[in-house]
Amino acid sequence: MQGILSYLILLLITAFLAPVIINRAGKAASWLLGSVSVAGFFYLLRFAAATARGNTLSMTLEWLPQLHLNFTLYLDGLSLFFALLVTGMGAMVLVFAGKYMQPYPQKDRFFLLILLFEFAMLALVLSGNLFTLFIFWELTSVSSFLLVGFSHEKPEARNAALQALLITVAGGLAMMAGFIMLGQIAGTLEINELLKSGELVRSHPHYSPALILILAGAFTKSAQFPFHFWLPGAMQAPSPVSAYLHSATMVKAGIYLLMRLSPVMGGTPEWKYILTITGAITMILGGYFAYSQTDFKKVLAYTTISALGILVLMLGIDTNISIKAAVIFMLVHALYKGALFMIAGLIDKSAGTRDLRKLGGLFHVMPEASVAAVISLLSMAGLPPMIGFIGKELIYEAKIGLPEIGNWLMVAGVLTNVIMVAISFALIFHLFGGKLRYAGRVPTRPAFALWIGPAILAGTSLLIGLFPSRVANLLLRPAITFIRPSIDTLSLALWHGFNEVLLMSLATIGAGITLYLLYRKVNPVLTNFNNEVITFRFANAFNRTMDLFLKLTKKKTSLIQSGYQRYYLMAIFIMTSVLAWYQIFYTWQGNGINTGPVPAIFELLIAALIVSAAVVAVAVKSRVLAILSMGAAGYGIGMLFLIYGAIDVAITMLLAETLVLVLFMVVVFHLPKFTNFSGRGSRIRDAVIAIFTGSFMTGLVLKAGQMDPAGRVSAFYTENALPLAHGKNVVNVILVDFRALDTLGEITVLVIAAIGVAALLKLKSKKGSAA
Amino acid sequence: METLLAIVIGILYAAGVYLLLRRSIVKLILGILFFSHATNLLILVAGGLVKAQPQFAGDASLTINSTDPLPQALILTAIVIGFGITAFALALMYRFYKSTGTEDLDELKEGEHK
Repeated sequence: MQGILSYLILLLITAFLAPVIINRAGKAASWLLGSVSVAGFFYLLRFAAATARGNTLSMTLEWLPQLHLNFTLYLDGLSLFFALLVTGMGAMVLVFAGKYMQPYPQKDRFFLLILLFEFAMLALVLSGNLFTLFIFWELTSVSSFLLVGFSHEKPEARNAALQALLITVAGGLAMMAGFIMLGQIAGTLEINELLKSGELVRSHPHYSPALILILAGAFTKSAQFPFHFWLPGAMQAPSPVSAYLHSATMVKAGIYLLMRLSPVMGGTPEWKYILTITGAITMILGGYFAYSQTDFKKVLAYTTISALGILVLMLGIDTNISIKAAVIFMLVHALYKGALFMIAGLIDKSAGTRDLRKLGGLFHVMPEASVAAVISLLSMAGLPPMIGFIGKELIYEAKIGLPEIGNWLMVAGVLTNVIMVAISFALIFHLFGGKLRYAGRVPTRPAFALWIGPAILAGTSLLIGLFPSRVANLLLRPAITFIRPSIDTLSLALWHGFNEVLLMSLATIGAGITLYLLYRKVNPVLTNFNNEVITFRFANAFNRTMDLFLKLTKKKTSLIQSGYQRYYLMAIFIMTSVLAWYQIFYTWQGNGINTGPVPAIFELLIAALIVSAAVVAVAVKSRVLAILSMGAAGYGIGMLFLIYGAIDVAITMLLAETLVLVLFMVVVFHLPKFTNFSGRGSRIRDAVIAIFTGSFMTGLVLKAGQMDPAGRVSAFYTENALPLAHGKNVVNVILVDFRALDTLGEITVLVIAAIGVAALLKLKSKKGSAA
Repeated sequence: METLLAIVIGILYAAGVYLLLRRSIVKLILGILFFSHATNLLILVAGGLVKAQPQFAGDASLTINSTDPLPQALILTAIVIGFGITAFALALMYRFYKSTGTEDLDELKEGEHK
């Protein structure tokens, strides 16, 4: 297992070295990078014998064991199956991309991203801990985002990338919540321990919510209805990306997760119904839209959606035969779809278009690629002797064995396959057969590096179809056994005998050929129908929802962040007063208020002076009068200080007040007269807020009166003023001796204020302003 | 007397809040000043009101019935800082008017979009 970890690290290092290699090594670079994947493929293949015997390998690096967070690698038949798929497809795609990406600027970056994806995807399928899995799951979403948006100068590519990211990441978040719940239920996040606690999980009351959350992750990643629409959009990515991420591997991550968790969470009615219905809808929808497209790549995208639907459906049916069908179809689909996407890219490169209506007879230009394409398409159609035939037969068999809704599924399944046959034939005969047709420039013969990958994949489709048993025993059966331990044999053969399934296959092919013959006539009609009648587009609806969301948040923000200072102040005053009033009431002590002695007559007069000054300052229209009454209030307070034995304070207060008055007067004469900015309503509102805040301050003072005013700190100053500081005036001693540093800080503040004032007054107004 | 002063403080704060919520920058500064007046008085009252001689150390006859020196020290600091703030705010007000030609604070919001 250390070896596998080392390989993962090697892959990561290779990813970051890729830009250097691409820029330095020239043409050999992609072969060099591809060989790293090939090495990984064969290295992993060595474990096949062990996993075939039912052995598992795992390795744990402790990370945060207190939270069950470990970095765990885990290898069994199922992970090995996917790991081989990732590395094998990776090698083909890298070689293909080396040639395909040549004219692109920033192709060095492309290789970094695609290798980073390969690393993340491989680590995902080898993860032995749900959180390790989650991290790599998100990493694949991020690399997919960057790859879809690779042609970032195109707005459609950016939009598609963002859409794919938002959908898969939203699903990923839901999935994380589901993982947490699952971890709570089972008490572990380690996959090999989870596999043993299936009973416990399925009978737990939180099973259903956990399942739904996890399914949200799997369905968004694997483009199930109603989240399917990001996948056709993701076709904005360069062809190697479509071949690798969006058909063979990343979109299968959801399927992998379902397979992985099937022994833990599968088999319940919820599981069966949700998976079956979602899968069936996705399957038939994908088939229909594939049939009505005109862009080769779009056709492939929708057939991919359909295939993903079939996989989910098979897992939902959840019988021995359907699990077998799912695993085999996984392989079938990866082989033919990977090849076809690369061929779509190759045609685009050679003929300058992928429009099926404009092209034809490409066999004459690209014989090797055409043969590979035909084999792959036959596999897609489910015709013998390709492995696709075996896959399809198993799928039919799985559906036949079903009670209840089995009939409907059968109809839907046959219909989908009929469409697949029709599309395959249409592509074979219209695109590759017949006379050479092209739009614009003459198609050129594609380079070796472009067709070798598809050729190898197509050859594999054919070889496994002819000799299925070896692969079945080495790779497929172990994978199946880990999904469903009760299955210990798997015999695959092209010839199943003459039975119901074969009859249905024959009927499918017959109907498919009929539909193919109608293709040229029906396709334009359907394309129009889709464009004209089905005006609802999931992708557009999604965009509109996002726009609406942005508008709402903008409104919300402008509501909270008004940009007007008084509204911020208002919010502060109201909140503070409400909370403080609550606190005053809550902690009010029953022993009444310290009302103090009855005020003397001159005290009453001073109080009256202050209050009337405040009222005048608020109400008066004249600026001078308002400032003067502010000063009057200040002098009144100064007199109160005098009465209550604070002589120093009183002197300072009177001096400061006088200075402020003078300054204010000087400045205010440069300003215009008061204007009435606010209306009656807002004045009443402000008055209410003001009275509410003021009354809270009154309450606060009364509350303070309940406390014991004799401070212990003061006693210390009084006792030590003379012996320690050699001063008699205790207030002065506190300021200049005991708290001298504070006073220094105060002086600093004054200095800063003075500098600020000087700067503001000397500042020259900019040209054009109203100065 | 404490109750009376509590009410006076409340009214001063209310006046301050009302002025702070105005759109005119002159009134805003007046509001700040009322706030600092009210706060100075608040500290005095919260420290306990004693109608007495100021605190002098070493004078045994006075220590029993003299005022608490600490709130006074606090208020002194507050007054000085308040003066600094006022001076700065006044200069700011002057500059604000010179640059915008208005004393309306709402113009600040429009200004940021220009």
